[in-house]
Amino acid sequence: MTAPLAAVDRPASYIGKSVPRPNAKRLLAGRGQYVDDLRLPRLAHVAFLRCPHAHARLKSLDIAAATRAPGVVRVVTAQDLAGRYTPWVGVLTHFKGLKSPPQHPLVHDRATWQGEPVAAVVAESRALAEDAVALIEIVWEELPPLTDMAAALAPGAVPLHAELGDNLCFGRAIDAGAVDEAFAKADCVVEESYSFARHTGVCLEPRSILADFDPADGRLTVHCSSQAPHMMKEIFARHFHLPETAVRVICGDVGGSFGIKIHVYPDDMATVAIALLLGRPVKFVADRLESFVSDIHAREHRIAARMALAKDGTIAALAIDDVTGVGPYSTYPRTSAVEGNQVVGLTGAWYRCRNYRANLRVAFQTKPPTTQYRAVGHPIATSVTEALVDRAAAALGLDPVELRRRNLIPDDAYPWTTASGLKFEKLSHQAALEKLLTLMDYDGLRREQAELRRRNIHRGIGIACFVELTNPGPAFYGVGGAPISAQDGCTLRLDPGGTVTCATGVTEQGQGTETMVAQIVASALGLAMDKIRVVTGDTERAPYGGGTWASRGCGIGGEAALQGALALKANILDLAGAMLQAEPAALDLAGGWVVDRAGNRRIGLDEVGRAAYFRGDTLPPGVQPELVATRHYMPRQYPFAFTNGAQASYLELDVETGFIQLLQHWVVEDCGRVVNPLLVEEQIRGGVVQGIGGALFEECIYDQRGQLLNGTLADYLVPMAGEMPDIVVAHIETPTAESMLGAKGAGEAGTGGAPAAVMNAVNDALAPFKVRVTAQPISPWRVLAALGKG
Amino acid sequence: MGRGRLPRATFGMSDAVAIRLTVNGARVERLVAPRLNLVDFLRDELGLTGTHWSCEHGACGACTVLIDGALARGCLVFAIQLDGANVETIEGLTESGALAEVQAAFHARNAVQCGFCSAGMLLAADALLRRNPEPSREQIRAALSGNYCRCTGYHAIVDAVADAARERARRKP
Ligand code: FES
Ligand code: FES
Repeated sequence: MTAPLAAVDRPASYIGKSVPRPNAKRLLAGRGQYVDDLRLPRLAHVAFLRCPHAHARLKSLDIAAATRAPGVVRVVTAQDLAGRYTPWVGVLTHFKGLKSPPQHPLVHDRATWQGEPVAAVVAESRALAEDAVALIEIVWEELPPLTDMAAALAPGAVPLHAELGDNLCFGRAIDAGAVDEAFAKADCVVEESYSFARHTGVCLEPRSILADFDPADGRLTVHCSSQAPHMMKEIFARHFHLPETAVRVICGDVGGSFGIKIHVYPDDMATVAIALLLGRPVKFVADRLESFVSDIHAREHRIAARMALAKDGTIAALAIDDVTGVGPYSTYPRTSAVEGNQVVGLTGAWYRCRNYRANLRVAFQTKPPTTQYRAVGHPIATSVTEALVDRAAAALGLDPVELRRRNLIPDDAYPWTTASGLKFEKLSHQAALEKLLTLMDYDGLRREQAELRRRNIHRGIGIACFVELTNPGPAFYGVGGAPISAQDGCTLRLDPGGTVTCATGVTEQGQGTETMVAQIVASALGLAMDKIRVVTGDTERAPYGGGTWASRGCGIGGEAALQGALALKANILDLAGAMLQAEPAALDLAGGWVVDRAGNRRIGLDEVGRAAYFRGDTLPPGVQPELVATRHYMPRQYPFAFTNGAQASYLELDVETGFIQLLQHWVVEDCGRVVNPLLVEEQIRGGVVQGIGGALFEECIYDQRGQLLNGTLADYLVPMAGEMPDIVVAHIETPTAESMLGAKGAGEAGTGGAPAAVMNAVNDALAPFKVRVTAQPISPWRVLAALGKG
Repeated sequence: MGRGRLPRATFGMSDAVAIRLTVNGARVERLVAPRLNLVDFLRDELGLTGTHWSCEHGACGACTVLIDGALARGCLVFAIQLDGANVETIEGLTESGALAEVQAAFHARNAVQCGFCSAGMLLAADALLRRNPEPSREQIRAALSGNYCRCTGYHAIVDAVADAARERARRKP
């Protein structure tokens, strides 16, 4: 521990301990309760007819045969829903110039991507619903697809949405310092173009929603596989014109999310609309092909980048031009501006360079919407920056590590504001890099690499330094008008038996949220963890909060839990003081007991609980026990916390086949206070593997007509155990001083940094051939093409 | 989105077929539609929701069960193919204790996050340990490569399977 945390740094503290997750046993026994596992009376099933074209006008839609099909309850089209909802628009006022048209649950007259839902069949089973979908007679008039980003933005391009005037969804320019002058005076300029394919989240549990409307009491209950129950409640109430009191959202077990399950999807909204229309529970679970064409996609960038350096390796200037495609709509409510915005905000942010220019253009296209997915923008910003640094090092004849050493923001230079305007409270780039080099035995690996090269074995070493943006404050979304809460709450109750029930606004998708909260609460209250019950995911049981995204679960939810636990502790000690006729300040909690300063047990928490709830008659007059406490937390000093780290990849390249074998991966991560190393480490590793997926395998391949060519998990490659390396993780702890807990978040660092390390390693292996690969995923054919063997 | 998926239904009963099989040790008799898939049969007919749909295509392993003691992908099998078969799922194998060491090791190593892949992973890990009680890390990785996990980095899963192997060896008389 690098900073004192008196409240929980106690002998029996769980903070910093590798405690397994109590709630994981249920999942390992096959007793998870995902949405598709719920069984409700009168449940009907929804299947969608989706547009098979990238861009088409709906000429006619005949549902007569489908309506008569066996088991069909109702066939629903856009006409049936008209007037029953308010369409949504994916813009936020603080992204100046961001534009997007209103979006609807079902296509009215024009579809703008392959997979956009057009009609829904509600039937007694999913299969019967699908049978009837096939009976819908539909006539389309195909319209010209708009798949290429550059073509969409070219002068004279036909706007996808005529009312918006052009295909520029959003743009942002940054010009800091004296960029032109720095390039003019530079000793060395490197430049390169990069491209990043579209990929998607592939949650193993597809998006799932079960909406149940009870017309008798006017209440809508939605079980959904989501990261943000309160946000969804607000959205359902707002867009379906229901009072907030009438809507309850419950997120039970969630089978992976990664940012996929935090957006508003037309088919989800249609399912809710159908429940309201029919007054009975209806369920929609995306199948795998539907997931590929309707889940949000991510990335798809083309970037031209230049870096200017002095002879001594000082980075003098950096300039990037990013074009990214977001499909036909900016996604609601977070908008699709954030990915590109983070690319231009984060590129180069960990180096001292003050001269920075960036130009971002976000294009509409006729492909599925892209928006926030794990490590939003980070893999792009990191890959581009770190690739340029490696190129520059080669051009200057310096070791890539040495070039980084000379340019990283020094560990004693904080607080620091980047050229793009981001504020860093305190990071540890230099320490992280040095720790990484020791961990991986950098010099030893370089020797091994040189040795093997003589034997025609081509290994590469790639390093990436990076930052990760976490714990956003209200300036991220709320300020722009989104119903997205930056704060989170925790309510704790001492129960009569001396145990604690604790409800938190942050949610669990397997990261270990419930365990983390229980560790903090148990530590603060001097209780064993099995005396703590944590409740998440239900808008009627949990305090208001934003949920789990942007790696905020521990940094924000954990801090609320800590402050709430300390408030409950004060209440308990007040009551115990009255019962024992002692000064509360002279008492403490330990091992389930109220103890005195010397640690002597005075009274058990069970006795306190019993007296409060059952034997109020024994309490001194005027004493009113308050054994519930709630605290909320929202970071205010900094718009974001930032974490930092360094990663390294070691791999072997087969120059005949283009295949890459990953040998080992290392991560040094400074996520502030580490509450549970066991959980943080596998969280980071999971992030690394998702990053490697994007770097080497994952790509939603579209043809020129906007048709997805690989919509199955046999064709779309996700990383498998056999191709992944062991991943060594080490920590540096620089707690944020803004909170007592000091945690900053760890969910996305792996994904943000891994692609850069891997791409650098591939190019390091290719160095003897004087060729480079700058397009991700680095598929074997791309390696061979670079080697002139394509 | 229709047509793209494997058929999943308990309806269309006019051509229903009677099947008798053993599921988790219990005798089961049902009339099933020919197009009813094993995963839907387990989930909808028997309430065994621990077996999951994910890729619906034989690629991911989320639907893994044992059929007559051998690992099988539920999504690639129709219920009517199983007349006379012995099917075991995560629920039955948990109750019998067959997976106990593997489950304990997965828990201790945090080799589970969202849990959606876990049933398949556990069954695949157990099958590996039954045929190779002392697998290397590479062998573990290879054996689990038909089971996708999107949350963990696989590292903890490999650690857990190695631990379970050691634990089984220790318990052997
Ligand atoms: S659902 Fe059967 S293998 Fe994926
Ligand atoms: S734990 Fe989520 S897919 Fe493996």
